[in-house]
Amino acid sequence: MTLAPLPYRVVDRRDETHDTVTLSLEPAGEALGPFAPGQFAMMYAFGVGEVPVSVSRIPDGQRLTHTVRAVGAVTRALWTLRTGAWVGMRGPFGTCWDLAAARGNDLLVIAGGIGIAPLRPAIDAVLAEPHGYGRLNVLAGARSPADLLYRNEFPTWERPFSTVTVDRPDDDWTGRVGVVTTLLGEAHFTPADTTALVCGPEVMMRATARDLIHRGVRPDRVQVSLERNMRCATGHCGHCQLGPLLLCRDGPVVGYDRAEPLLSVREL
Amino acid sequence: MTPQTGEPAGGGALDTLPAEHRGRLMALAHEAAFPSTTRIFEEGDEADRFWIIRSGTVALDVHVPGRGRTVVETIGRGALLGWSWLCPPRHWHLGAESRGPVLAWEFDAAAVRSLCAERPDLGLALVTVVAETIGDRLRATRTRLLDLYGPPGSPEGGAGP
Amino acid sequence: MTDPENTVAVPGAPTEAVLDRDGLDELVRVLVRRGRTVIGPTVRDGAIVLDELESADALPYGWGVELEAGQYRVRRRADQAAFAHSAGPQSWKSFLHPERVRQWSAERRPDGVLSVRPEAPQSVSYAFLGVRPCDLRAIRILDRVMGGGRYRDPAYLSRRTGAFLIAVECTEPGATCFCVSMGTGPAADAGFDLALTEVVDAAGHRFLCRSGSPEGAAVLAELPRRDADEPTRAAAASAVSEAAERMGRSMPPVDLRTLMRDTLEAERWDDVTARCLSCGNCTMVCPTCFCTTTEDVTDLTGDHAERWRRWDSCYDLDFSLLHGGPVRATPRSRYRQWLTHKLGTWHDQFDSSGCVGCGRCIVWCPTGIDLTEEAHALHQEATRTESAP
Repeated sequence: MTLAPLPYRVVDRRDETHDTVTLSLEPAGEALGPFAPGQFAMMYAFGVGEVPVSVSRIPDGQRLTHTVRAVGAVTRALWTLRTGAWVGMRGPFGTCWDLAAARGNDLLVIAGGIGIAPLRPAIDAVLAEPHGYGRLNVLAGARSPADLLYRNEFPTWERPFSTVTVDRPDDDWTGRVGVVTTLLGEAHFTPADTTALVCGPEVMMRATARDLIHRGVRPDRVQVSLERNMRCATGHCGHCQLGPLLLCRDGPVVGYDRAEPLLSVREL
Repeated sequence: MTPQTGEPAGGGALDTLPAEHRGRLMALAHEAAFPSTTRIFEEGDEADRFWIIRSGTVALDVHVPGRGRTVVETIGRGALLGWSWLCPPRHWHLGAESRGPVLAWEFDAAAVRSLCAERPDLGLALVTVVAETIGDRLRATRTRLLDLYGPPGSPEGGAGP
Repeated sequence: MTDPENTVAVPGAPTEAVLDRDGLDELVRVLVRRGRTVIGPTVRDGAIVLDELESADALPYGWGVELEAGQYRVRRRADQAAFAHSAGPQSWKSFLHPERVRQWSAERRPDGVLSVRPEAPQSVSYAFLGVRPCDLRAIRILDRVMGGGRYRDPAYLSRRTGAFLIAVECTEPGATCFCVSMGTGPAADAGFDLALTEVVDAAGHRFLCRSGSPEGAAVLAELPRRDADEPTRAAAASAVSEAAERMGRSMPPVDLRTLMRDTLEAERWDDVTARCLSCGNCTMVCPTCFCTTTEDVTDLTGDHAERWRRWDSCYDLDFSLLHGGPVRATPRSRYRQWLTHKLGTWHDQFDSSGCVGCGRCIVWCPTGIDLTEEAHALHQEATRTESAP
């Protein structure tokens, strides 16, 4: 079923920051098909509405994990859900991070803000198969230390380079300060044999992709996760168009060779 | 400057210089080591040196009355530390402190400036490298001004889905 | 659903015949007897609209239309032709892809458990009488959009599957028609169950009727008819080929997909934006514009919720809403989205143009914006830019 949501129960909630929560969900009966890293579900808050949310971890079994940031009516409703509450789920939708194409390559996983959420399943997949890939670098930017997601997990991603940088440090912050691209000079990768997975605000992704290509990474190996208004997720509502792409179908993960000419046209 | 083990290829700010220029400059460099939390320079002091960081991280800060030192950016391996030595009045605009042990190549600014005067082609190449660093930091700063990770829309609007 | 490949006739069933008006009367009766809801053109409120037909008497015999950019008038004709008019304000999408459909309902039980009930499929069995070749293509395009991808839309398929299509070839194009440019008319070649060509001449008022499916042939077999004669065939063929010569509009003779792709930053967009009100009329009357949005509603108890889908327009500011605001904030970007999608990126998404040359968007634009004129202007600007030093 792709149009009517399936009921899922919140079995765990973990507050990541003051406005972001990770919900673990289990189906009441029928479960959605398996998700791949980078794909998304439509999450329905009863009577309020539906939003696309990427899968932020892919545990074994039927459990779904999604990280939601309260920014609008629907996401606020999801954010308030307690353990035992019910949501409606549709999916999986969209393209996934192309890890098959990245095999043997050095990997740059570059996240801005909540962009780390769709990338976490890709990091998990790479760590589960350490010999399938070259060097893994995880670079994440956040607004402030209080806005950092999955902070406890960063040490487990250090293989060989994993760093968080913030725009606005507090007095206790001893980590990096600045935009995420400033970390690229220190990452361990051979540009010609590198795949980059990038997710964050569009301006951040454009700046990051330009920098990577300038350093010699092939544009088609810079994978970005794009976002547009989305209503149906099944390719019928027309909202998620970006030029020739229907992002619910042809995205969200798109190679920068395809994305660049579209993102460079204002208001496309 | 041959990259040491563990130093990223292509990361050093001077790597894009022609080998001959790089060699002439490196002849003026000496190794410097800063233990953790060393004040490398202070805002307002004379900018008579600069560094290329080989390992470790340096925090650039501003003293804000009532808040103390506030870090505005950190820079790491391969980065150019300091460009105030290039243009008058040649005083540091920020303070710099090592975050953990830092190894760097240290350059005497006066000697480098004389070399540039003597070899205008080398001077132009070096100024281009410095300008690139300044450009990168300006772009990064402007990106941060956008507060991209901040809450979208107005607090009342609830503009997101 | 009409299978355009399956044109093999039932043995003994006619594939071609001539009908008189009584044949048309019987056609509607036969279809109603077969349980069909017959939809066709009729005159109402000063327009030729599509509505349920109880009998063929309701057809707009003796009515024509006068069309221009921003103008629509019905007028009396000297003859009693039923189909000597071109596209009206509606299209068949109003029936296949209705303005508003409920997609599912959900209940929250006292224990908080959620249960969702998908909407039952529509049981209607449509027969569309008087489908113009341009609109026949529009239905084929909607088939691809709503039913040809990975996910098939049940609301559309439940109305479309098994629908009986009676095409009527075009013999009286309007001043805003350009189906020849889009390769969609005025002749009907495939994709119908029956195709009619209306002939009004000294030999009388009659319809050359061809079957395009076994069901079409079976229906034709039940109608009062006579064998197709050569003069009627010739008159029908020349009426259609003359119509092809009388198109009121044309597209520039270039690859429109490439033109749209390469003129995204053209100055012409500023010009058209000065005239565009962003009202969305063009998207409402377009027979292929399919965009929708969703509405989630609850009853007063808060325990019963429904998801409704309704037509939406890319001219709506909220259409592209993303966090802080709309991606396409200016009218310029919204008109450009509509036109470049229709003529250009539709190819990338659904393997064909989204425009069938019916001219509805020209007629129903309150400021008379004409997409063929805009395409010509974009082409001219592109040519000027290319030849500039």
